[in-house]
Amino acid sequence: MTISIDPQKTNNESLQPKGWLRYFSFSLDHKVIGIQYLVCGFLFYLIGGTLASAIRIELASPMSDFMPRDVYNQVLTLHGTIMIFLWIVPVVNGAFGNYLIPFYVGARDMAFPRLNAVAFWLIPPSGLMLVASYFVEGAAQAGWTAYPPLSITTPQSGQIIWILSVLLLGGSSIFGGINFIATIIKLRRPGLKLMQLPMYCWAMLGTSLLVVLSTPVLAGTLILLSFDIIANTGFFNPVLGGNVVVYQHLFWFYSHPAVYIMVLPAFGLVSEILPVHARKPLFGYTTMVFSIMGIVVLGLVVWAHHMFTSGTPPWMRLFFTIATAFIAVPTGIKFFNWVATLWGGKISINSAMLFSCGFIINFVFGGITGVALAQVPFDIHVHDTYFVVAHFHYIVYGGTVFIIFSSIYHWFPKVTGKMLNEKLGILHFIITFIGFNLCFAPQHWLGLNGMPRRVAEYDPQFQFVNQISSLGALLMAISTIPFLINVFLSVRNGKNAGDNPWNALTPEWLTSSPPPVENWEGEAPLVEEPYGFGKEISEQK
Amino acid sequence: MTTLDSSKEIQKNNSEVNETHEDFRMFGLITFLIADGMTFAGFFAAYLTYKAVNPLPDGAIYELELPIPTLNTILLLVSSATFHKAGKALLKDKNSDSQKWLFFTAFLGIIFLICQLFEYFHLPFGLTDNLFASTFYALTGFHGLHVTLGTLMILIIAWQSRINGGRLTSQNMFPLEAVELYWHFVDGIWVVLFIILYLL
Repeated sequence: MTISIDPQKTNNESLQPKGWLRYFSFSLDHKVIGIQYLVCGFLFYLIGGTLASAIRIELASPMSDFMPRDVYNQVLTLHGTIMIFLWIVPVVNGAFGNYLIPFYVGARDMAFPRLNAVAFWLIPPSGLMLVASYFVEGAAQAGWTAYPPLSITTPQSGQIIWILSVLLLGGSSIFGGINFIATIIKLRRPGLKLMQLPMYCWAMLGTSLLVVLSTPVLAGTLILLSFDIIANTGFFNPVLGGNVVVYQHLFWFYSHPAVYIMVLPAFGLVSEILPVHARKPLFGYTTMVFSIMGIVVLGLVVWAHHMFTSGTPPWMRLFFTIATAFIAVPTGIKFFNWVATLWGGKISINSAMLFSCGFIINFVFGGITGVALAQVPFDIHVHDTYFVVAHFHYIVYGGTVFIIFSSIYHWFPKVTGKMLNEKLGILHFIITFIGFNLCFAPQHWLGLNGMPRRVAEYDPQFQFVNQISSLGALLMAISTIPFLINVFLSVRNGKNAGDNPWNALTPEWLTSSPPPVENWEGEAPLVEEPYGFGKEISEQK
Repeated sequence: MTTLDSSKEIQKNNSEVNETHEDFRMFGLITFLIADGMTFAGFFAAYLTYKAVNPLPDGAIYELELPIPTLNTILLLVSSATFHKAGKALLKDKNSDSQKWLFFTAFLGIIFLICQLFEYFHLPFGLTDNLFASTFYALTGFHGLHVTLGTLMILIIAWQSRINGGRLTSQNMFPLEAVELYWHFVDGIWVVLFIILYLL
């Protein structure tokens, strides 16, 4: 059965606001929704970043003098939850996915535009709810993991709002995932083969599979947790015969894949950016596709490496150590491919390229500490210390957030038709890179020496290193300023970008900047070689 | 209802309506049902883990009777068959037959829910009595929610399949096919649930 387009039924153009107002409307245009995701996510990033600064100010001195201990716990809970569920997941999936995927598959919109808009509009209310939960009596303070019995025994009203908010955000994520899978598999332009898709499509397909398979388990778990809190059941309450380890298993069954949900799209984005700015084809396309799918499969069976100190039996430790070590193989393949893409290329040192290279450096570091953490003897030593904090910030900030900035520098000309200022961009990169490494590299040392995470007070011997870390955090906070100035100045008086300022070959650059409502004036172009740099232009057509 | 909004493009070009694409609403529904199935899989995994490692405390009561759930299993299996009949009838343009079968399916769903409630009221344990009691109510309750939603959807499409002015015709089978797939899914989950909760 086919669906034909009937203008009588779909003509709601007159109802859609024009100009900037359309970003506040229930727009069905995938490009508008992508920008909505990005801006909304960035606002929450500013809130989460403010909370992070508060944490680092508190940790500049060993005593809890900046805020009381329970407020510290609430702040770190809110920081983690906002950064993961409202900044990284929506932006790296929702924002770039919605903007780019329809271009890449040669479609005029996502497969289910209304579902797409619903998925976005679930985010602002649940985000506001999450922020509001801080102000009720007894805000959530069990960390972003909400481990019972802590989450059951601490004050409850904030925790319940927290659960509701995460459930809504999970629903938004699932709707988005369904949409991406349908768009990539079913809405491809006729003649476009799967193995001709730009790498970001593969990354989003893998990510969406993980979203669809693992997010519902988190939803179910949180429903059971809310029963424990509201209805006094004992699923995860040992006093009533429950089992806290079951919560940890179910939680990490989502939350380990969530790491890949946050980082696989970044892998895809960097695979789009590097070839363009190095003027070389992406090295090892096929191995790249298979390593993404390998990461998806392995990512679903490694969750218990978060639980080596939760009384896991030896066979489980053995299995999950080996499975986790295996993930280093596809990840390593991807890194060699990126380095090989750069090798001998005609590299332009611009902001997008610098942030991508920063990503490669940071992520290799975070990846190596990740393999180290998968080894049981080492993990038992550093479990719940600052070593873990350093590791995952190298992955999610040094990895994904660097790529978010890189992507903003890369696609800003397409979205607005204006170039960003390169000098401010490079300044942004330098401050971010130095600040980030200054903030998180010393935390490895802190963790190895036994400083526990999630505690407002610490042994005074750690004070100097903590102050270095706080200085780095200050630089990271400052780094946002040149970026914001850059965006505001460039939107108003930036240099005109033209349709294809980077001479890129992927389909989104083959239309005007900013693109028209249905993406292309005429028929969608067929791009068989999105990375065919160095080949005859005529071969492209 | 379309899923590709290209009216503006078409008006701009002043051309005929010629863009079509395959209907992949069913594909989206299947993806959603996989996600929904994973929620149940999480619940089942939790229940089986509890069974393996958490002993029932002394004096706690957790006993299930088989007759009502067996009847419920039969009800749901029969309702799957009657739903299939409704689809066949609609395909042959026998709208009133189709509507009858749909109402019968909804009726079976309602009977299922009544039996479920009857079982709830006659069980010797309550929601918070012990771990297994809680898990039992959570699992069957979550499934019951699915049956309730399914029954409501069946009633809606049965109303839509009326002959004059009905939206459900042999040319527009999607609502029926979608609800049918969902209903079969809910039945399948019940069979797994019946085996795991009652028989194991």
